Amino acid sequence: MTVDAHTARDAELVQLLTPEGERLEHPDYPLSLSDQQLRDLYRDLVVVRALDLESVALTRRGELGLWPSLLGQEAAQVGSGRALGAGDMVFPTYREHAVAYCRGMPWLNILRLFRGVNHAGWDPKEFGFHLYTIVIGTQTLHATGYAMGIQRDGHHGTGIGDTALAYFGDGATSQGDVNESFVWAAVYNAPIVFFCQNNQWAISEPLERQTRIPLYRRAQGFGFPGVRVDGNDVLACLAVTRRALDRARTGQGPSLIEAFTYRMGAHTTTDDPTRYRHSDELEAWKLKDPIARVKAYLSRTGLANAQFFEEVDVQAAEAAVELRAACLALPDPSPDALFQHVYAAPHRLLEEERAAYETYLAGFHD
Amino acid sequence: MTEVTAPEQSAPLTGTQTLTLAKALNAGMRRAMAEDPKVLVMGEDVGRLGGVFRVTDGLQREFGEDRVIDTPLAESGIIGTAIGMALRGYRPVCEIQFDGFVFPAANQIITQLAKMRLRSLGQVTLPVVVRIPCGGGIGAVEHHSESPEAYFAHTAGLRVVACSNPVDAYWMLQEAIACPDPVVFFEPKRRYWDKAPVDTEAPAAPMGDAVVVREGTDATLLAYGPMVKTCLEAAEADDRSLEVVDLRSLSPLDTPALEASVRKTGRCVVVHEAPVFGGLGGEIAARITEACFYHLEAPVLRVGGFATPYPASRLEDHYLPDLDRILDTVDRTFAW
Repeated sequence: MTVDAHTARDAELVQLLTPEGERLEHPDYPLSLSDQQLRDLYRDLVVVRALDLESVALTRRGELGLWPSLLGQEAAQVGSGRALGAGDMVFPTYREHAVAYCRGMPWLNILRLFRGVNHAGWDPKEFGFHLYTIVIGTQTLHATGYAMGIQRDGHHGTGIGDTALAYFGDGATSQGDVNESFVWAAVYNAPIVFFCQNNQWAISEPLERQTRIPLYRRAQGFGFPGVRVDGNDVLACLAVTRRALDRARTGQGPSLIEAFTYRMGAHTTTDDPTRYRHSDELEAWKLKDPIARVKAYLSRTGLANAQFFEEVDVQAAEAAVELRAACLALPDPSPDALFQHVYAAPHRLLEEERAAYETYLAGFHD
Repeated sequence: MTEVTAPEQSAPLTGTQTLTLAKALNAGMRRAMAEDPKVLVMGEDVGRLGGVFRVTDGLQREFGEDRVIDTPLAESGIIGTAIGMALRGYRPVCEIQFDGFVFPAANQIITQLAKMRLRSLGQVTLPVVVRIPCGGGIGAVEHHSESPEAYFAHTAGLRVVACSNPVDAYWMLQEAIACPDPVVFFEPKRRYWDKAPVDTEAPAAPMGDAVVVREGTDATLLAYGPMVKTCLEAAEADDRSLEVVDLRSLSPLDTPALEASVRKTGRCVVVHEAPVFGGLGGEIAARITEACFYHLEAPVLRVGGFATPYPASRLEDHYLPDLDRILDTVDRTFAW
């Protein structure tokens, strides 16, 4: 019997904070956070949304070539991102802006890519955050290989070793590479967490075009556990990711997390979702907003007051203003950048072409 | 509540109509689908959305979900299942969303699609078309601006063609669909919005033919896809009489037509966006040199991309051949 991918029983969904801001307990996912930690999660969510909206605005002004907005996926990214340890390595798609933020990477690094200044440019080791990957699903194999490297470094299985966390979307689960990474990770018991943000849409194609069963259940067929978490619940995403990372760290192998969320915006700024989806679906998901529920919880429990929310809003607005200024100040690359970093060692052909082009350009100044 | 807007169904195309290159491809597919119920369209976002460039806009509404198939997100899957469909007598027209995404499908294209006819001693035919929007110049992110034609031209068993204008888009795509062999069909994405009158009753030259698109006497510019327009602009801007030939078919090459032009002008420059090293220009230069050696006033020269990955968009104007680089190379053939 097939089960519709959307209508898995709610009992299967790990949720610690309801859309109304009610705190739930889950026997498998106990979570104890300080008041400050809770407020910090709220702050993260608000700031990344502001930076994301600013990035969309910069694209509308022509400052970026395009922007894949994370709107609606803040909790999935902040929750999982804040679960990571310093030595863990993230393998992102091209939409994990909030994870990058949690890893301490300047948002401006991402803007360089989408402004067309470079193809990524940051040092993955500096932030534990690998380069963005545009060809769908390819990074899951890199993450798996990286995890196999961790296995060979020592510390593996001791609880203090590093792990790899691979992000991908519902569309990517159809790719061969993703399925191969599941096979590899399983048979080598690699210390990896597969974090699927199921945002329901692969550009115009709904989840039904990728799967007939809830995605998390696929893990069982590969031989490791899968879990579906409310992707708009930052607490549940944090708890579920922590547990999966612990499994990896203690030698228990891979896990698949399906963060059930929604792409509130277009695929990218060049996409027009009114062509393929109804606005009532969007309206329904607005009621499950990842930020509103945390605010409701903090308010009701008295963990934060109006002054705090105001202060966070101001901080977010200031961060957006700073981002805009920094983006506008980004210099264009010099023509010679074309020829840089293609090879580690000198390359005869490249040097010939570089010299010829330099001479050619110099001809315009004669 | 906003309703999902359905694409409008257009009237059957007759007579001469001014179309964009994208619309001409759309009209060509519509006609092929109307005339042959075995023609199918497959790809990511080709149905409800009509493709990210709207090339398949309205086809699913007109021909239904069985004939215009929104596939799961897996390029190897698209081509592999298209091969299976072809084995069952269908003629799949597959869309690869962007050039850089064809590589997951490269295995199916190179090891299977290209070789099955030979392996069956001609008993299996695979009339599969692989449409690939190609080339740069649109300010896109990585993997959205590449020119991978040489990989496929290098693979025996595939026909490789590239259209450069709406008329060829309309006719060559229909011919590719009707062709019993697999055809890799390159579409110059930065020319998708170029317009031209398309006469739906006067077929263009066969897709295997090169076409002289501008007569000249002093030098020959050989180009295809997006670079044809650039070469025409370069020829227009230059005082010398430059002939421009649109290759149209990249495998096989219409070598008699290319040679005829070069014998007339005595000078030849090959222009493509793909890297010069290992690109089609090398093959063309070797063939022209072999066939026209005593007619050449200068070696065949090439203009193209550098031996670097396609750069970030703020550098693409340096990477892509433009009027200045083309004419600078023409100057070199005259200074020889």
